[in-house]
Amino acid sequence: MAANQHPYLVLLLLIVVAVTFAIGPLAAAWAWARFFSPNKPGKDKNSTYECGLESKGDAWIQFRSEYYLYAIIFLVFDVETIFLLPFAVSFTQLSVGAFAAMIVFLLLLVEGLAWAWRKGFLTWK
Amino acid sequence: MIDEVLKSDLQKQGIHVLCLETAYNWGRANSVWPLTFGLACCAIEMMAASMARFDLARFGAEVFRPSPRQADLMIVAGTVTKKMAPLVVRLYNQMPEPKYLIAMGACAISGGPFKPGYNVLKGIDRFLPVDVSIPGCPPRPEALIHAIMRLQEKILAQKLTGPDRPRHLNAAVPGEFPVPVYGASDLEPPNNPEVWHPPLIKR
Repeated sequence: MAANQHPYLVLLLLIVVAVTFAIGPLAAAWAWARFFSPNKPGKDKNSTYECGLESKGDAWIQFRSEYYLYAIIFLVFDVETIFLLPFAVSFTQLSVGAFAAMIVFLLLLVEGLAWAWRKGFLTWK
Repeated sequence: MIDEVLKSDLQKQGIHVLCLETAYNWGRANSVWPLTFGLACCAIEMMAASMARFDLARFGAEVFRPSPRQADLMIVAGTVTKKMAPLVVRLYNQMPEPKYLIAMGACAISGGPFKPGYNVLKGIDRFLPVDVSIPGCPPRPEALIHAIMRLQEKILAQKLTGPDRPRHLNAAVPGEFPVPVYGASDLEPPNNPEVWHPPLIKR
């Protein structure tokens, strides 16, 4: 048997099937377009925006620098949670170095919170 | 072409023979994906048609696509204002071919009850080729399903080759329709002369 003599033959077969499966539909679509359905690109069809309106202006605009406070609040109340959960789970097994690193990270974020508080960002206006 | 006697004999034995054109059209007719696109109250009936009670899914047309790139069918459901008309044409241009258009309701066909309005387009057929028109104000969901079935019949009858093949198979026909611009008092041009021919009144 060929499969007994060459144990990797199955793998080769699998690769051939996988490549055919990937390329086959693309080739069929290409052949279909080539023989029956011609490609008709155009200005509207190739445009990026697709809600019917034309895009205008430049994407390279200036943002208000005050928005950095939103970024800080997002880090403090959202991103920090992702790190706090594994920190809490493995709290007892942590080395002193890891604990100190985490505390430094937390203090940095607390500093951000204090800054936002000081700026009056947490008061409802 | 296989002759009909042999074809029916084979069919009795459980073997179905069909040509590429039939298979292609059969597949397209049973997976018409409309664009999520409502302009006015007709869109409410369109939503009802896609929901469980009327269940457009029975005809393979329930997959409303939020992007024109993935849609086959535009259902112009409602009043097309002159402000909106260029957007409708642009969206239709952005749809990949083959594409179809159903004018749903009196407004999309002719302006309907708002026809005297200065801001109302008197029918989307002034700018785009309409495949099926549904009268009604608004049409019932059954009417929309009927239109989808008419459209399926139309798709099934389309030729793959030959001089009477549809426009998406013809390289000589342009794929895009000119988008009107806002003029001083009307759209410019007010209609697409290649698509729309004013009705001749014979006396």
